[in-house]
Amino acid sequence: MSEFWTDMLVVVLRCVFSVAFVMNIVPLMIWGERKGAAYIQDRPGPNRAPIDIPNPLDIPRLLSAALSGGKLEFKPVVSLRAAGLIHTLTDVVKLAFKEDITPDHVEKFYWFIAPVIAMSIALCTFAVVPFGDTFLGYNLQVSSLDGGLLYVLAMTSLGVYGIMLAGWASNNKFSLLGGLRSSAQMVSYELAMGLSAVVVFLNAGSVSLADITAQQGEALSILGIVEIPSLNWNVFSPFGLLAFILFWVAVFAETNRTPFDLPEGEAELVGGYHTEYSSFRFALFFMAEYANMIVASAVTATMFFGGYNLPLVSAAFLRENADMVLALLGFGAVPAFLTLAVVAWKRRGRPFYAAIPADDPRRNEPAFFTAVWLGAAGAHGGLGVAGLMGGLAGLSAMTGIEGLGPDLLVFVLHITALAVKVLIGGWIFIWVRWTLPRMRYDQLMNLGWRYMLPIALGNVFCAAGWIILRHELFA
Amino acid sequence: MTESVLFYLFSLAAIVAGASVITQRSPIASALSLVVCFFALAADYVMLDAHFVAVVQVLVYAGAIMVLFIFVIMLLNIRETGPTPTGVISFRAGVGLAVAGLLGVAVIAVLDSVVHKAPAELEPGYGSIKAIGGALFGGAYLLPFEAVSLLLTVGMIGAVVLAKREV
Repeated sequence: MSEFWTDMLVVVLRCVFSVAFVMNIVPLMIWGERKGAAYIQDRPGPNRAPIDIPNPLDIPRLLSAALSGGKLEFKPVVSLRAAGLIHTLTDVVKLAFKEDITPDHVEKFYWFIAPVIAMSIALCTFAVVPFGDTFLGYNLQVSSLDGGLLYVLAMTSLGVYGIMLAGWASNNKFSLLGGLRSSAQMVSYELAMGLSAVVVFLNAGSVSLADITAQQGEALSILGIVEIPSLNWNVFSPFGLLAFILFWVAVFAETNRTPFDLPEGEAELVGGYHTEYSSFRFALFFMAEYANMIVASAVTATMFFGGYNLPLVSAAFLRENADMVLALLGFGAVPAFLTLAVVAWKRRGRPFYAAIPADDPRRNEPAFFTAVWLGAAGAHGGLGVAGLMGGLAGLSAMTGIEGLGPDLLVFVLHITALAVKVLIGGWIFIWVRWTLPRMRYDQLMNLGWRYMLPIALGNVFCAAGWIILRHELFA
Repeated sequence: MTESVLFYLFSLAAIVAGASVITQRSPIASALSLVVCFFALAADYVMLDAHFVAVVQVLVYAGAIMVLFIFVIMLLNIRETGPTPTGVISFRAGVGLAVAGLLGVAVIAVLDSVVHKAPAELEPGYGSIKAIGGALFGGAYLLPFEAVSLLLTVGMIGAVVLAKREV
């Protein structure tokens, strides 16, 4: 393969990977939203929709029945409900097959492109977020733009077009009000957002997210006495902490989430900008909201929480001791999965299972999950053994690609670290939504212009002053 | 090769969008065409290694100024402007053509003085944020830059004073 095609392949893989990263977390977040709301409101939440799994021995018969057009009847061995995760799947099916209604009074062209803009802008923003240390010398980032963080701000400022156009093109006053609220709110909070990001630029001396992440992977030195490896996160400096709080509040406003979800305030605006949308067009807005939250969490994690860096362990350390790390993680995960297996097995004693008939396939769900967790424990034990036997070094030697094994490990660990940080951010979104009431419009504007903007401005001056002072004192 | 093809593609998009700004009847369509035009221009800046200018173009023009424009259009809910004069070339169109012709002559004159020169070699780091920051805050442009920022502050205060009846 020539160099050109290798490069093209890498570019395509990067794009596919970053879109897949965001789109795979979306259903998880929707599930988390429902379960989180239920947890906070002290109710069980979604737990009904099942998937019926046929007996593996039955599959050939079912296949031939499907091919010959016969009836597909089978007695499931287990009816899988997976704590409500299946609801997200049924949601997708429902939204895809619902009738797509275009009201007569809308401005067709703008009405059609608005959800597309909302969704594509949300996905584009992820392009500059690095999702791992170099893999075989390739940067794990769709684009290593020089102005990385500025690109993020530019894209967020474009995100408002989707909502605005939807509100205007729907041609009804509620949608229009939603669109207007959204644009005013997003323009107002962009300033506080940009100014709080300036502190991060000052700390890193660069605007590129790759540089910002790399700098946070260095050791955190407390007054030059203690050095903690790979923990130089921006949130652990006083100005960085304040900047993080301001940025995070602004992110809530930019993603139109509670307490700033006035654009879709259902009590006064029906559904706000997406009142007239149905079927998959509504789904695009719905997914865009979650995609925005995920991307915002990823950007915040990258700016303030070290991005893909693991705390306390640097990438260089992981590469040097790859096999030992693999063994430790593999064997360390075994007891965790065994505990999960025991928990799943014990669920059989719940009153729910006592109340349903003995031949109900839902009865077998705890046993199914026990098997899944036992399998996971076994697989991780296998990984641990592979680590002990030098499997990663062996992989590099076997394929003849130098550093493949360690790089693979570093890649998996880094992407997991980023995903965990994103999920924690996502949980905070959900937690806040079900805890705080919606703000009034004047309160929203007051907070943005009269409190956050001056504080952010002051923070920039103080941070810059401190950096100069530190330079004079210690250098 | 790829870059120059993309450059001309985006330039074409900018020109088409620019023409659409003045030919569309509905103000929203005009404003959105202008956004597309700014976007295409930003892409052209990227091709010319001016990444910072490109991002700022999107951030400031497409993302903030045009949002406010469209905000106002939506708030006033202007659907379509009145009929444009047709038939004989009106006085307005005549003046417009004359101005456009003068501008065209000026552009051709400027292009003629530039186009025959070989393109200058780019120094490493050209167009980066560091280079632009160095030129603006440490080089010859410090005084104009500060003067412009003062001017903007004056404009902002003026707008606040005008908009706020009782200060």
